[in-house]
Amino acid sequence: MIHSLFLINCSGDIFLEKHWNSVVSQSVCDYFFEAQEKAIDVENVPPVISTPHHYLISIYRDKIFFVSVIQTEVPPLFVIEFLHRVADTFQDYFGECSETAIKDNVVIVYELLEEMLDNGFPLATESNILKELIKPPTILRSVVNSITGSSNVGDTLPTGQLSNIPWRRAGVKYTNNEAYFDVIEEIDAIIDKSGSTVFAEIQGVIDSCIKLSGMPDLSLSFMNPRLLDDVSFHPCIRFKRWESERVLSFIPPDGNFRLISYRVSSQNLVAIPVYVKHMISFKENSSSGRFDVTIGPKQNMGKTVEGVVMTVHMPKAVLNMSLTATQGSYTFDPVTKVLTWDVGKITPQKLPNLKGIVNLQSGAPKPEENPSLNIQFKIQQLAISGLKVNRLDMYGEKYKPFKGVKYITKAGKFQVRT
Amino acid sequence: MEQNSTMLGKIVEVSCTIKSALKGRNFEVTLKPYLTVEEKRLAAAADPCGCMEQYFTLNEDLKQMLESSKDSAKLDAMKRIVGMIAKGKNASELFPAVVKNVASKNIEIKKLVYVYLMRYAEEQQDLALLSISTFQRALKDPNQLIRASALRVLSSIRVPIIVPIMMLAIKEASSDLSPYVRKNAAHAIQKLYSLDPEQKEMLIEVIEKLLKDRSTLVAGSVVMAFEEVCPDRIDLIHKNYRKLCNLLVDVEEWGQVVIIHMLTRYARTQFISPWKADEVVDEYNENNFYESDEEQKEKDQKLKSTYTMDPDHRLLLRNTKPLLQSRNAAVVMAVAQLYWHLAPKSEAGIVSKSLVRLLRSNREVQYIVLQNIATMSIQRKGMFEPFLKSFYVRSTDPTMIKILKLEILTNLANEANISTLLREFQTYVKSQDKQFAAATIQAIGRCATNITEVTDTCLNGLVCLLSNRDEIVVAESVVVIKKLLQTQPAHHGEIIKHMAKLLDNITVPVARASILWLIGEYCERVPKIAPDVLRKTAKSFTNEDDLVKLQILNLSAKLYLTNSKQTKLLTQYVLNLGKYDQSYDIRDRTRFIRQLIVPNEKSGALSKYAKKIFLAQKPAPLLESPFKDRDHFQLGTLSHTLNSQAIGYLELSDWPEVAPDASVRNVDVVESAKEWTGILGKPKKEKPTEKFYSESEEEEDESTSTSSSGSESDSESEKEDKEEGSTDETSGSSSPSEESTDSDSDSKENTAKKTSRAANESDSEDIKKKAEGISKKRSTSSSSDTESSSSEESSSGSKSESDSKSDSEPGKPRSATSTKKEEKTVQDRKTPNKQDVFLLDLDDFCPVTTPVTVPTAAVLSPSLTADLEGLNLSSSSVIDVTSQVSVPTKTYELLHRMSGKGLAAHYHFSRQPGLFCDHMVPVQVTVTNTTDQKIDNIHIEGKKLPPGMRMHEFNPIECLEPGGSTTVTMGIDFCDSTQTASFQLCTKDDHFNVSIQPPVGELLLPVTMSEKDFKKEQGMLTGMNETSATIAVAPQNSTRLVIIERVMKAANLGVVSSGQDNIHRFAAKTVHSGSLMLVTVELKESSTAQLVINTEKTVIGSVLLRELKPVLSQG
Repeated sequence: MIHSLFLINCSGDIFLEKHWNSVVSQSVCDYFFEAQEKAIDVENVPPVISTPHHYLISIYRDKIFFVSVIQTEVPPLFVIEFLHRVADTFQDYFGECSETAIKDNVVIVYELLEEMLDNGFPLATESNILKELIKPPTILRSVVNSITGSSNVGDTLPTGQLSNIPWRRAGVKYTNNEAYFDVIEEIDAIIDKSGSTVFAEIQGVIDSCIKLSGMPDLSLSFMNPRLLDDVSFHPCIRFKRWESERVLSFIPPDGNFRLISYRVSSQNLVAIPVYVKHMISFKENSSSGRFDVTIGPKQNMGKTVEGVVMTVHMPKAVLNMSLTATQGSYTFDPVTKVLTWDVGKITPQKLPNLKGIVNLQSGAPKPEENPSLNIQFKIQQLAISGLKVNRLDMYGEKYKPFKGVKYITKAGKFQVRT
Repeated sequence: MEQNSTMLGKIVEVSCTIKSALKGRNFEVTLKPYLTVEEKRLAAAADPCGCMEQYFTLNEDLKQMLESSKDSAKLDAMKRIVGMIAKGKNASELFPAVVKNVASKNIEIKKLVYVYLMRYAEEQQDLALLSISTFQRALKDPNQLIRASALRVLSSIRVPIIVPIMMLAIKEASSDLSPYVRKNAAHAIQKLYSLDPEQKEMLIEVIEKLLKDRSTLVAGSVVMAFEEVCPDRIDLIHKNYRKLCNLLVDVEEWGQVVIIHMLTRYARTQFISPWKADEVVDEYNENNFYESDEEQKEKDQKLKSTYTMDPDHRLLLRNTKPLLQSRNAAVVMAVAQLYWHLAPKSEAGIVSKSLVRLLRSNREVQYIVLQNIATMSIQRKGMFEPFLKSFYVRSTDPTMIKILKLEILTNLANEANISTLLREFQTYVKSQDKQFAAATIQAIGRCATNITEVTDTCLNGLVCLLSNRDEIVVAESVVVIKKLLQTQPAHHGEIIKHMAKLLDNITVPVARASILWLIGEYCERVPKIAPDVLRKTAKSFTNEDDLVKLQILNLSAKLYLTNSKQTKLLTQYVLNLGKYDQSYDIRDRTRFIRQLIVPNEKSGALSKYAKKIFLAQKPAPLLESPFKDRDHFQLGTLSHTLNSQAIGYLELSDWPEVAPDASVRNVDVVESAKEWTGILGKPKKEKPTEKFYSESEEEEDESTSTSSSGSESDSESEKEDKEEGSTDETSGSSSPSEESTDSDSDSKENTAKKTSRAANESDSEDIKKKAEGISKKRSTSSSSDTESSSSEESSSGSKSESDSKSDSEPGKPRSATSTKKEEKTVQDRKTPNKQDVFLLDLDDFCPVTTPVTVPTAAVLSPSLTADLEGLNLSSSSVIDVTSQVSVPTKTYELLHRMSGKGLAAHYHFSRQPGLFCDHMVPVQVTVTNTTDQKIDNIHIEGKKLPPGMRMHEFNPIECLEPGGSTTVTMGIDFCDSTQTASFQLCTKDDHFNVSIQPPVGELLLPVTMSEKDFKKEQGMLTGMNETSATIAVAPQNSTRLVIIERVMKAANLGVVSSGQDNIHRFAAKTVHSGSLMLVTVELKESSTAQLVINTEKTVIGSVLLRELKPVLSQG
């Protein structure tokens, strides 16, 4: 399936290559570079490229292109999903998935890739298993290794791969047994010029951090499970239990993982926690324009809206902006034409406002369209859909775990058209 | 510094190639550093800390390190070598030094040596052979992981000489006790095949063997090998088909994708098309799952005309459905394409929600998914219409995503949503992303041609865009307008004039060419302008693009033919210019036109027809989706994405006309049992792999089986064998929940045994097979009393289970239900078999006979029925009349005792369905004798019914004792109107004129449907068919319970389960015509509610609305 993998940085250097079958020359990447050039923007590089002898399927993550070489028909999503899994694993191991991290840990990267694919077919992709096979690097371990000459390859052979529960490693032991669940909901919305909602929906995930000894069997129930319209599960969840009782029953992997992601049924009206008043105009023939934006809270259920950041991709004709913010700070990057306004917390008494003059390139025609405003925000201790965890029960182990649930609402793809 | 190092890099590479070139001649040669001391010093100075500086001495160093006795030094060396490999640098000359360490005790060194070997063994085959014996030894290691990794490396070394050794190793590993080793064997098959395709026959044998493997670990890998080596050997799948379907949920995600794709192909060769008989309600009757063959045949003959889905086909669809919930996008897509290619059209819709979910993912995933949705949405708009807004474009989306979304929006456009879409398009047209804006204009053009209602609006909008500042936008508009005008040129002279004016400013060749073509084509409509345009363009002819030049030539020709007086000279001028043009295309065209239009002595017959040739009616271009032709590729494949056949693409075959023999999939009991005793007996690890989901698997079977006794007993016994095989496992960690399900399954086992009359089996493996066999022989004449009662018993058992009541005393609920059942037989007989489950549900929770408990019934039963419906695959398109939930009904007076001379009569609507005839509303009349004499012969006479109405009278009452009363039932067909039925109630001596007027709520029969169906139906009954009102709700009426109770009291409606707490849905159909009546009560803030009624019978709908209003608002 996956024949070879090339990692390419933004400046077009191939800094890592791995072949699972016979070696494919680096020159195959020229087709990729060609496509990259044509696309102008990295975002627009087509994920699937056909070359005379191979097919290139690539993903772009954290300023790195993962380019895989394919020789025969394969579902493209299979490869894409796998490449993302590889990037996730790097992220998990090195804390970041960057060129330097990969270069510094090239041996571990190689060992990982070796375990993750056999003859181009995924072998072990669960992080719990991989971590048993290859220990993630820590400062302490690297010091110890350099002194004692021991290695970061696990010398005990992992059992997880063979067990009935491939996502959990055996023999987990903690002194403090804890289980944390973060219910994170994101509001995707498009608000039109007049402030009415064109489209809004709530997407949520439950991220878990489970540190429980032994083989705990958990079941998590909700007060209002019917809110969840469409759900996707971590493989550990027993689907049939959910179907029949709307209870999440599972033996969790050890550590951090995403338990479910869900969409809240679209019939429910979505509360939009912020509103934006905007006045952006460009004057004809005067190479300047006005910019005036106010953000205020709305339907926030008595919680404060914080972490508010507004980013605006200004039209190309904009040369510079001189603005004053009543709260927070703003930056304007004249190269990418991106205006970022870091507002922080919104206090209803004094609404944050950003106002000033936009300087346009002289002679350039007035921009057709006003830019849309992308808003980010966060509301702690609130799941905007109203989803509530009812209880968490543990079976199979004797001890009493510490349990915690946290709710956060964030802006997802939240866009205000102006 | 930077430059220095890159230069050095080049030097190094050059020296490298020299080295390897030398080595090629004699690879025993030891390498000497070629660089002088100065160069080395330079290198060290240039990059003191990088790894580059050591390169020249590195090889020697590394060799020494590899030969040292210390592991740490060796490890260090190996790490550096791996670093070199990763960068794509040549490290092949170290081969001899590295290969020695293959037997190292240190695991990490060993692993890195493996990495090295896999990379370079192909180049250094002779030396690689040195390592083989190590692997051969490791293949016999007691540790399964060492065996597996040895096999992995051995098979990855691409050295043709060792093919026989590999073959042997694979064969041995394929019968290894460890499933993990067997998995690796499956991978090795593909490697060996790519190395030496001649081994195919032998490898197929191994594949055949491994396909029989029951381990979930192996399944994915061996199917992958199958796909690679022998995808055409469909016959190998037959026997394993059902097993693969059943294992699918537990296979790891990557394996799932491969298996699903393979099974899709398989199913297309083995089953007949479910699409032909789409209008036939696809109701899958699982009763015939395991019928004996004779009966199957009989039935086949009987049902030849109607389509029944093959049970195996259904099995596949049912078992893949849960995978739509996978976190892995590839799995979801695989299931989606399976449903697309295999499921009846009515069921394919369930995948759309999951696909839309994937749109939240990374841009690459979005790209692929959107492409597939684009293809789907062309053929079946309905699937994605509810998700229209999910495809709205954000300004931050990458252009390729934007364009795909736009494509889908265009495909989904119809009369109903076009106005919203056009508004949305207006925003897009102004986008800063000009490529996207241009695509939007194309999209508007497509909408305009497809939906005739908006053609004019679109055209006007596009004309406005002509004054846009951006040239690309204008050019695109011109091109689109040209196409639109072609479809209806009659009255658009103005637009053409406007466009002619634009010609001065537009520079984009395509747009200019389009305008010129338009003017030429319709030159008779703009007789004054056309020659002038030609004059202008003739002037600029030499500077125009080729495309434009060709159109100028065309224009001149057309004008010459229509208006030669004015344009003769101009035409000649243009033709002369064209004659000497650089492009031969233009010279050709010029010559051709000149011969045709300019009359001379040589000109043939053709020139007579020149006008007809040039000014013929041209067919309007079709504006089609670029995804139109993609549907011949299987969805989700690389070929579909590329829109060209990829290497190794396997065509999806058409459905066979006649289904091939289905019995090939029947598994031979004895053989497989024997086969597996060997493996099942020994390793304990085998069992748990299947065990984990077993409990839940069973749950599914209980609930999905709409009285499918056959498959149920099958799965149960499967469960049983797992249970027995792993009792030691469960007892160790038996959780409360598990225990309870255990006991459940025990009791169910009993029923299963009872129904299948199976003898006591001890061998766990055999039970399954036998149960299967026995149930196969069982007759399925479900009409016979014993049969139906037993099946009902079993389902009632499962019901009490899902209620999580422990089955410790299973006799009780069962006997209860069966008595109730008898009461209901009258009703049951009418309703189809499938309905049994619903009836029983309601029975379990709400004894029909006691109206007091109605509220509880209303609360519990809908949710449960909804759950069941959600699981029940075939319910989607079936809407049934539900059994009655009788509500304490209001009594109306028919005859007062004063006016009836002591005879009093009351009536109420009993809400019993169809006692007399389907269209009649049953009315119970209670007649009381308040006199002190007998009243004889009470009967009905003198019916005065409005046309169409019918009445079924009650049997005359012979005599009524003083003070006595009797209740009789009559039926009236009100023709779905509230008109009064007047008649005379007669005794022996007297006639009393009476009349019955039905409240509108009684003209209905409740129906059960799922929320999904409700919404679907509701979606079809909008506009005129919808009436709504906002009402104030009394605070005490705002709970679900009360609302349901009150609404049900007012009208004979069925409760539809609702996912939201604030929305309550009710469904019914009218008694006479059977039109649907959908009632929605949505609670809003501040104690108001929106009451919506959707029905075809708008009159009844509005009356009902009026009646329901006070019901909720009164305290």
